[in-house]
Parts: sequence; C-alpha cells; structure tokens
Amino acid sequence: MSQTDAIDIDREKGNFRFDVKYEYDAGTGLSEETIDYISKAKDEEQWINDFRKRALKVFERLPMPTHWATKDLENIVFENIRYYLSQGQMPSRSWDDVPDEVKETFERLGIPEQERKFLAGVEAQFDSEAAYSRMQDSLEDEGVIFVGSSEGLKKYPHIFKKYFGKVIPTNDNKFSALNSAVFSGGSFIYVPPGVKLKQPLQAYFRINAESFGQFERTLIIADEGAEVTYMEGCTAPKFETSTLHSAVVELVALKGAKIQYITVQNWSNNVFNLVTKRAWAEEGAEVKWIDCNIGSRLTMKYPGVVLKGRKARGEVISIALANDGQHQDTGAKMVHQADDTTSNIISKSISVGKGRSTYRGLVHMPDHLKGCKNNTECDALLINTNSRTDTYPAINVQGNGNSVQHEASVSKVSAEQIFYMMQRGLSEGEAMSLAVNGFVNDLVRQFPMEYSVELKRLIDMEMEGSVG
Amino acid sequence: MNTEATAVQTAPGVGDSASFERHLSLSALPESWKNWKKEYWEKYEELPFPRTRDEHWRFASRIDFDLSGFQLAEDASDDTIEEVLSRSNLVAERSGQIVFVDNQLVSEEAIPEELAARGVVFLPLAEAVTKHPELVERYLFQESTDLGSDKFHALHNAYSESGYLLYVPDNVEIDAPFAVYHWHAAPGAALFPHILVVGGRNSRFSVVDAQQSLFEDRTGFSCAVGNVFAEDGAKIYRRTIQNFNNRMVSFQLDTNNVDRDTAVRGINLNLGSRRARFENEVRINGAGADVKLYSLTVAENDQEFDQRTLQIHNAPNAVSDLLYKNALMDHSRTIFSGLIKVAKDAQQTDAYQTNRNLLLNDTAQANSLPGLEIEANDVKCSHGATTGQLDRDELFYFLQRGIPKRIAQQLMVFGFFEEVIEQFDNEELEENLRGLIQAKFEKKQLDAVTPKMETT
Repeated sequence: MSQTDAIDIDREKGNFRFDVKYEYDAGTGLSEETIDYISKAKDEEQWINDFRKRALKVFERLPMPTHWATKDLENIVFENIRYYLSQGQMPSRSWDDVPDEVKETFERLGIPEQERKFLAGVEAQFDSEAAYSRMQDSLEDEGVIFVGSSEGLKKYPHIFKKYFGKVIPTNDNKFSALNSAVFSGGSFIYVPPGVKLKQPLQAYFRINAESFGQFERTLIIADEGAEVTYMEGCTAPKFETSTLHSAVVELVALKGAKIQYITVQNWSNNVFNLVTKRAWAEEGAEVKWIDCNIGSRLTMKYPGVVLKGRKARGEVISIALANDGQHQDTGAKMVHQADDTTSNIISKSISVGKGRSTYRGLVHMPDHLKGCKNNTECDALLINTNSRTDTYPAINVQGNGNSVQHEASVSKVSAEQIFYMMQRGLSEGEAMSLAVNGFVNDLVRQFPMEYSVELKRLIDMEMEGSVG
Repeated sequence: MNTEATAVQTAPGVGDSASFERHLSLSALPESWKNWKKEYWEKYEELPFPRTRDEHWRFASRIDFDLSGFQLAEDASDDTIEEVLSRSNLVAERSGQIVFVDNQLVSEEAIPEELAARGVVFLPLAEAVTKHPELVERYLFQESTDLGSDKFHALHNAYSESGYLLYVPDNVEIDAPFAVYHWHAAPGAALFPHILVVGGRNSRFSVVDAQQSLFEDRTGFSCAVGNVFAEDGAKIYRRTIQNFNNRMVSFQLDTNNVDRDTAVRGINLNLGSRRARFENEVRINGAGADVKLYSLTVAENDQEFDQRTLQIHNAPNAVSDLLYKNALMDHSRTIFSGLIKVAKDAQQTDAYQTNRNLLLNDTAQANSLPGLEIEANDVKCSHGATTGQLDRDELFYFLQRGIPKRIAQQLMVFGFFEEVIEQFDNEELEENLRGLIQAKFEKKQLDAVTPKMETT
C-alpha cells in the first residue's frame, strides 16, 4: 500500500453526509437578492445589510490575486455556489434538541464527548448556522460572551460593533470582501477584564451540503488582562464538485491580554479553504496562532498579528501537510507598529507525493520604531521525488535597534537516518514516520494534548518505499 | 573638475520614436543588425511599463519612467576623453582594455599577440560584427530577462551598439583580467553598455566591468545588459563595479548560462546611481556546475538599490551560492529579491542564498524577499536573511581598548564589507575598491552612522 492511502484512512472519519431538509436556502449564485435573503432570514438590522451590499461591490471589483497566487483559484465558479443553507436561526442549548442528522454528524465526529472532557464551551456549526452552542454557566456569570455572529451583533452591538470589520477591513482582499457580503455563523467572544479562561472554548465547523460555501465570521475580544484559548476544527465530506470555505477571523487583545487560537484544518480534498485571519495586540498583549493544515484542495491562509502597543508579542506556529492533489499555501504576517514589539514565526511543512506546500510571510518594521525583533524559521521536508515546496518571505525593516532574522531550509529524510533506525529493527515505514514525526515534534508539543495525539496519528503514516 | 550646468534639453528622449529613427538613420551597422534593432524597438513600444504591483517590482518605490530627459550624447570632447583615459586605472596588470564614453569607443588596447594567435577575441561589438560575424550571430541578443525589466531589455537591444565581445576558445587559460570601462560624461546622456562573455570548454579567464561617471552633478541613464556563456569546464570570473554618480538611473540586466562542470563566479560592487536596478539570472544547464554570486552595496542619501536574482538549477549535482550584503545610510533603500528554483530532475542540488543588511541610520530601509521553489526532493537548499545594526557589544569592546568611536565604527563597517571585498581576488583591484568605498564614507558625518551610544 502506498503512503497516500494510509493518510486517507484517517481522513475517512469525516467522509459521510446526511440528506438534510433545509428550512432556509438562498439557492445558487450571488447577487443583492442573495444578501437580502440572508438578511431577512437572520432578521438583521439595516446597517448590516448595507455593510454586506458594500462588501459585495468590493468583491466584484477586486481581481483574483492570481498575479501572485496559484491559477487554481480560477477554478472556483462563484455562480455555482450555494451561499446560505440552514435549518433554523437559534442554536440549541441542549444536545437533545439538536436535529437528529446533525446530532449524529457531530456524535460521529466526537463533539459531545470532547465537551464533557475538557472544554469550557462548544459551538458546532452545520453549514451556515450553529446547530449547537453551549458554555459553562459559571463563565456566563463572569460576563464571558460566547455567541454566533448574528446574535453577537444583535444582542451586544456596544461590544462587538466597535471592532467588527476593523481588524480585517472588507477590502483587505477578494475573499474577505466575499465573506463580509455573505457571512453567517462563527463565534463572537468577549472575555471581560482580568478573566482568565482555564479551559479552551471550541468551535466545530462542518460542511454537509454539496457545492456549499461556508463563510463563518469570528471576532474574539480579550479585554485588559484577560486570557482565552480558542480551538477550531473543520471537516467536510468528499463531493464531486468543489466546496468553498472562506472565513474571516478577527482577534483583539487589549492591554496585557492573551489570546491563543488553535486550528486543526482537515477539510476534504475538494474544499477551497481561503481564510483571512488577523489580530490586534495592544500594549503587553500576546497573540499566538497555532495553525495546522492537513486537509483541503487549496488552502491560502496567512494568520497575522498587528503589534499596536509597546511590548506586544505575536507568534505563529504552523504545520502543513500536503499530499497528492493538495496545495497548502500558508504563512504568517507580522506588522510591527510599536516599540519593543517581538514576533516569532515557526513554520514546518511536509510535502508527500505530488503535494505542494508554500510558505509566504511578511515582516514589516517601519522607521519610527526601535527595539523590535522578529525571528522566522521555515523548514520544509520533501518526501517523494515529485513533491514540491516554495518559500516566499517578504521582509521590510527600518528603524533603530530593530533586528530580523529569517532562515529557511529544504531537506529530505536522510537515507542514513533511515538506515540507522532500520538497523535497530524498525521497518522502513516505521523509520520514515518516526523521522517525519521528529521533524514536527517540537511544534506538535505546543498543541493541546488531544490535538497532538490526533496529529501524531495523522502523520504516523506508512512510508514504505518512499525513501531515496 | 568641470561642473558646467546641465544644458536645456530639447531633443526627444530615448523613449521617443523620433529619437530611435534618428539613431537608426545614423547607425553604420550592417543591415541585419539594423533589422534586429527595429524588431526590438517594436517590442519596446508594445510592452507595458512595469507597475509597482507586479511581483517583480514589489517594494520598489514609484517607478520613475520618464525617459524624456535622456538622449544619446554627441561625441565627447578631447578634454573629456583625456580625462576619462587617465582615470581608467582600476586594473594595471591586464590582458586588454576597452574604454567607452557615452557609448562612444575612445580607446582599444590590443590584446597580447600570443592570445590573439590562440584565437582569443576581445573587440568592441561594432568591430566584432565584421571580423567575427559567426560569433556575433550565435551569441548576441540571444538572452532576455525573466525578472521584470523586459521593456528595458528591449530598449537596450534597440539602441545598444557600444559594448564588447570577449571570446576565449577551448582550453585557453589567461591569468590577467580583461578590463572594460563604460563612462558617463554628458548631461542627460543615455548609455547602453553591452557585455558579451563567452568561455569555450575548459577555458579560464576573468573580466572587470567598470561603470562610472566623470562628473558628480550630471544626470544620466544607463541600461546595461551582460550575458555570460560558460561551456563545459569553463572557469569564468566576472567582476562588475557600478560607481555612477548619485543622479543616474541605472539598469543592469544580466544572465549567466552555465554548462557542465563549470566554475562561474560573479561579483558586484554597487555604489552609485539615484536608482539602480540589478537583475541577475543564473541558469545551470549542466551537471557539476559551481556558481558563486557575491554583491556588496553601499547606499546613502536617497539612493535605491533594487536587486533581483534567480538561481535556476536544471541539472543535478550542481552548487550555487549567493551572498548579497547591503550597508544602508541616511534615507536609502535596498530591495533584495532572490529565488532559487530547483527543477524536478536536478537532484543532489546544493543551493544557498544569504542576504545581510546593515542599517547604519534609523531612516534607511532594507527589504528582503528570499524565495525557494523546490521540485526535487534530494536537495540541500536554504536561505537566510538578516537585518540589523552594528553590534553595541562589539563597539563597547573597541572603546574599552581605547579605540575612538569613529574609528571603531569604521572598522566594524569595513569588517562587514571585507567578506565580499576579499572575494574580488585581485589585490590591486581590492585596494582600489576599498578606496572608492572609503571615499563614500568620508563624506559622512560618522556620528550619524550608528545609533548614539553614551561614552563616559
């Protein structure tokens, strides 16, 4: 058996779907009518409808970024996508109230189990809307808000409206504009000053319908001195046609706050995963993106941190695994806007078979700053002769006492290493997975326990015959 | 030094078709070459000007493409020629020397009999085309650029006739370098230097290209193209010194075609021009090639140095190693954009790329875009880019030992340069170049060179 099949075994976990009767369906194609339909279904205020329509115009105006990105983007047919599908507007608070098919979906994916184990709150999004949302009561008492995007804008405009669309403006890129036009679902989270969540909040994103586009919108605000960890996981069944997932995630870490955002992306191989993620870090705040991309046909995702306050810190830890038919185009952006800010980017990618992984990065330090530091390390591992990897960092530095170091390397698993392990009685396949796991091990350890076990298992693949 | 004011220009600029028509009508070149010129001119007119949003122009500041102020200059005065010849003195021990002023050939030093007898050709292009039409036909204008300046490449080919052909036949080894000077003298002059270097199998030789301005205060435009062809086993070392004045706009668009088991080195010292764009492409087409690329740039005032490199490995078992160092003062900017491309079958490739930027003033800006595109799996490839200031601890060490700050800083900066300078591998030239760099630094208030440090 080739190593390709071995990896796909793990992917099968998410490969099932149900025929669901949707109460709301905006049909295929995108127009002002689609937007009106979504606004009406959600009973939105006029300003949101206006916001969406302005975004649609920006989306239509902006060209596909194929002058630097892959031409594969041209294969997305926007007219064929279904932009809004849901069974109802309010997520259930109790697991028993969740519709059966949806409940079974998430049970097969192990969501309620996860919640019981260690989570402070869970939201499960099924196509366009959250089907289930629950947070520990004690957190509610402390003033923590954990709701969907529509509910957040409706119930807590005084908190969320101030930052909504500010970290990532509509016209940031074509896909953030698309998201702004048709967003639905996602999590809006507010953690009050000084509140430190000991356990993570989790969201689970599921695409069930064919030719569907999921456009969740997440906004997390950690008030002064607050701390929060958020985890998201994504799966979809395999369809013949391609599916589009285009999220916008905005994080705001106020003075001294800490946000950790963990993603394990395991979309099926037909999903275009085009996501914009960015954070603001104010004085002394810390934002850490931990990003793991294993699934999808094409992922384009460059989590960023805008370091707005003195001594703010930004970090991106990224693991990408690209197999046959996959292109993981990931990276990071660090925009330094205040003195003594520091940032760290560590990216490791593995290309297997005909897979292609790409790192793109941006580090920006303008001239009025001093004492800023950035460290970037990108390592790529190529397994087969037809695997491919690219690295395209952009570094832009001025100012006093600022320093930047960037290093990248490309290598393969060395034949000597494999030989050494095989001499000690391991099979070639075991030796290969051990070497690959060793390559990412220092990053995997940064994931929460449950995820790192899962990741190890995903990477623990049969590598028979792929050496040399 | 002659400092006459820039004359009011009324003639059309080199981007104007009237200028090209006039150039064509005055040209004494063979008809076939004139036909090339027409083709390239049409290509120039067809191609759009690059825009800053083009990936190959990323981080470049607003692109100043007004060519209306630049004309082909009239013949230089005897005084100018005399001055130029007396200053064409970077390399005393040499195998031959050719000097141009504003595209005009002003001196041609014959190569030693012995080399001529072995078939070595070192001639201005206009002469080479009649004496060695087969070489010109085979190598001239065979290259283009993949790095963004195609329009300027076409402009160069339409106008260029000042340049040289250096051809060293199989198995000929030459110790002393060939030297070529391209001088800029007339106000608003447009220069189109062409450098064509061909090394036959197992040949070994080196060449020095110097591009300089005679006057400090005159504007000008230079669009140079350099093409190196290294056949199997050739060892070629090409050294380029760009020391135009700070009012020039210059382009240097280079390619290196490298065959089996060659050793090709290229080194660039960049000091001059208001804006200097340098594109350097290496194509490794034969196994076992060993390519080294070095560059040192010293930027001051509002200078912008825009460097784009491409290391293409199409054959296995080859090595390419690039080291580009930039020192930046005042409001200067540098851009380094380098890409290593390893093709599917180029296994056992070793390819490296290093960019080091030293910021000597807070207002200077260094941009780095080091890139890798790897399609083979059995490779060792890496790139590193660093940007920083002089090390405070090192400075402290010097001060403690009684070395004045000014001298300490200078020593540290020159230490940074030396790694590249010593690669010139020619003591006389190294000494001369240190002099050029020192001259650039002496104009500086060295106190501004490093962040202020308290000395007690």
